[in-house]
Amino acid sequence: MINSCPHNSDSPNEHLLHRLYALQQQFLHISPESMQQVAREFNLPVSQVVSVVEFYSFFYTQPCGRFHVLFSNCTSCGYLAGEQNLMLILCQQLQVIPGKTRSDGLISIDETSCIGLCDQGASLLINGLPVTRLNPDKIAEIAQCITTETPLAKWPAKWFEIQDTVHQRSLLLTEQFIPGSALQKVLTQGADETLSTILQSGLCGRGGAGFNTGKKWQLCREAPGNAHYVVCNADEGEPGTFKDRFLLRDQANALFEGMTVCAFVIGAEKGFVYLRGEYRYLLDHLHAVLNQSRQQGLLGQNILGHANFHFDIEIVVGAGAYICGEESALIESLEGKPGIPRIRPPFPVTHGYLGQPTVINNVETLIAAAHIAIHGSTWFKSAGTEKSTGSKILSVSGDCCSPGIYEYSFGVNIQQVLDDCHAHNVQAVQIGGPAGKLIGAADFNRTISFEDVSTGGSFLIFGQQRNLLTINRNFARFFAHESCGFCTPCRVGTHLLKNNLDKIANGRGTAYDIEELKQLSQLIQHHSHCGLGHTAANHILDSLQHFPQVFEAKLKQHFTAQFDLDQALETARQVTNRDDAAAHLD
Amino acid sequence: MDAALAAEVYIPHLCHYPGLTPSGNCRLCVVEIGSRSAAACITPAITGQEIRNNAPELNETRKAITQMLFVEGNHICPSCEKTGNCKLQAMGYYLGMLEDHFPQFYQRREIDASHAKILLDRGRCILCDLCVRASRDVDGKNVFAIAGRGTGAHLIVNSPTGKLADSTVETSDLAATICPVGAILIKEQGYQVPIGQRIYDQHTIREIGLQESIAKKNDD
Ligand SMILES: Cc1cc2nc3c(=O)[nH]c(=O)nc-3n(C[C@H](O)[C@H](O)[C@H](O)COP(=O)(O)O)c2cc1C
Ligand code: SF4
Ligand code: SF4
Ligand code: FES
Repeated sequence: MINSCPHNSDSPNEHLLHRLYALQQQFLHISPESMQQVAREFNLPVSQVVSVVEFYSFFYTQPCGRFHVLFSNCTSCGYLAGEQNLMLILCQQLQVIPGKTRSDGLISIDETSCIGLCDQGASLLINGLPVTRLNPDKIAEIAQCITTETPLAKWPAKWFEIQDTVHQRSLLLTEQFIPGSALQKVLTQGADETLSTILQSGLCGRGGAGFNTGKKWQLCREAPGNAHYVVCNADEGEPGTFKDRFLLRDQANALFEGMTVCAFVIGAEKGFVYLRGEYRYLLDHLHAVLNQSRQQGLLGQNILGHANFHFDIEIVVGAGAYICGEESALIESLEGKPGIPRIRPPFPVTHGYLGQPTVINNVETLIAAAHIAIHGSTWFKSAGTEKSTGSKILSVSGDCCSPGIYEYSFGVNIQQVLDDCHAHNVQAVQIGGPAGKLIGAADFNRTISFEDVSTGGSFLIFGQQRNLLTINRNFARFFAHESCGFCTPCRVGTHLLKNNLDKIANGRGTAYDIEELKQLSQLIQHHSHCGLGHTAANHILDSLQHFPQVFEAKLKQHFTAQFDLDQALETARQVTNRDDAAAHLD
Repeated sequence: MDAALAAEVYIPHLCHYPGLTPSGNCRLCVVEIGSRSAAACITPAITGQEIRNNAPELNETRKAITQMLFVEGNHICPSCEKTGNCKLQAMGYYLGMLEDHFPQFYQRREIDASHAKILLDRGRCILCDLCVRASRDVDGKNVFAIAGRGTGAHLIVNSPTGKLADSTVETSDLAATICPVGAILIKEQGYQVPIGQRIYDQHTIREIGLQESIAKKNDD
């Protein structure tokens, strides 16, 4: 029987993912012996430990370098976002092949999916710490620091700075949050009235799917169980989204209080924040805020002196897997398993963490709930549209002069956002990230709202100079890399899409391949198991519809072989160190 | 799914086996309920539901999914002991699959020949999870698991060395015989039934699928 308890039997407070992270830190990889040891400690089958290690990108079975560099490959904060290939430059300077640790064990360099620093310029993580605003000069200095083995603590502090800029404020970011004020209010008015306030506010989830939050809390509250749980989804993996990173730094108090309000309504005593591994550097700050809240009696036993109200929050840090933002995969991960989405229904509101009723909400949703508890539903409904009440915080990045955080009332039109962030000559915007919608200039009068163009927060701007085929290939690679591998259409299909786009980009595509793209995209969209598969081909279908010329420009008139004979000889050329004419076919 | 099979309505399936908890990974059993697609094996039947199953476009989808499974692994049927008894191959026949359609992946996946009586050729594994569930839920052993992500997903063995020889698997386990393809094979039984007289040489996968369900019903 699989033991689903993710906690160590010797030190019951340690989470499996955290134990594996500690081993990764200590030995720079997780060896078969370590996995067996962990299996014993946690009383788990060794196969479960192996499958967890092999699922998450930030666990390695071969040693990483003492300096381990991960470049973001996002279209905004990625190493290819500017003119030059920054990863290649660093690799050349340090004589490293991406994905292979240098033989002296000093350095390893690889790429990773978006790290949520899209408004900070090209960025990387070095041993988990973010270095922002990269350019070739800075890369040279980094190479120097690595070569001289300068400890990170001695690197210039300003390299690690993240400068958040809020360009536009609406409901949530104008209100000053006084810790304890939401809890004072709800403890006075009681759980029933709090729930009806949330229901009346019309608040819907800010994480993407837009489910009504009050309704979710109500369903969970009514669901029978031994315990109820509140989980904050801070996985923020959608490329181009960074508003939760900002909120976790700026509004952690409001977030934890929002979770506590939810706990009060549904009757939970335990909550989790599932923080993406890419944001591990926020952990100290979050723990400090949690401790402060405990001291103020806002968390722990008898909250604000209330005899029957106990609630506390634990932070669980992920390890590099976009799919863990999907709510049921997130729960699997919380339970110490690979992040494979469950069969839904049953939904987490009735069968969530450890099979118990669980509310999962996005960071922004929970912060909004805390504010609604204080200011009431009328205040909240004063902004937004009838079906999309309140405000939405956007993460704006890409080709514009003022990337950053923008909060608008729902119903704002796309052109307005583009004007405010000083984006000129815009070819298209990708709203909601690669899983969202690609919008061309003809549709810039459309609005951000659940009834029109909905987004979890990602707002990626592509200027005229960008090649949309390159963007599509980037997104297709992202999904192929992040597919959990559970179901056939997504596992195999995203890989086929990626290869098909590469073929077209390499000038070997024909009209047949366009038709093939369409068919495959539809199959993946309709027949996959979870939301990742359902949305993985959106960007291709949108591009085919609105920007067909993107694909057609590169097509050959006649049939070409799938198989590039010359390319097939590449490995042989590398092995034999040849690149002369006789080593090529053509 | 079980409701359909019990009513002798065949819904193509590969990762479903009567009596085991459904998984929903292969997606061969996709049906349409209203305008929504659902995997029949993990969708409870509701009375009065309008379900489309044997529609041409659904069978086209199923054919494409079967082709995906073919190109992802290394399925060289003429050299596989399972040929004729293989459900993937039989599904291909049933759905009128004449070619691979998609380019081959040519993945390199490890073969485990360590066990005296059982061979594991991961190149043919379609990640259906049947051996995992059979071993865990029926044999009570938990010998297999699936590890890795995306196309890197692969079958692993729950033993200190990761080898079959060091696991508790036995030829009498359901997990040793449930594999729909030629990924888990009992050794030294090669070609006992001549090609041409094998299960799917004589029957369609539809007939066998319905039979398996009836056999299970009679067991209960
Ligand atoms: C592939 C995938 C990734 C997701 N990633 C996130 C995420 O990073 N953050 C988030 O809040 N929701 C994410 N979601 C949506 C969650 O499944 C869930 O709907 C959400 O957390 C519910 O919270 P809300 O109602 O407050 O939005 C993702 C969904 C899918 C299918
Ligand atoms: S759709 Fe993709 S991510 Fe979702 S279960 Fe299937 S393979 Fe996994
Ligand atoms: S070995 Fe066979 S039964 Fe096991 S997952 Fe692979 S194909 Fe399925
Ligand atoms: S039989 Fe239903 S998904 Fe495989």
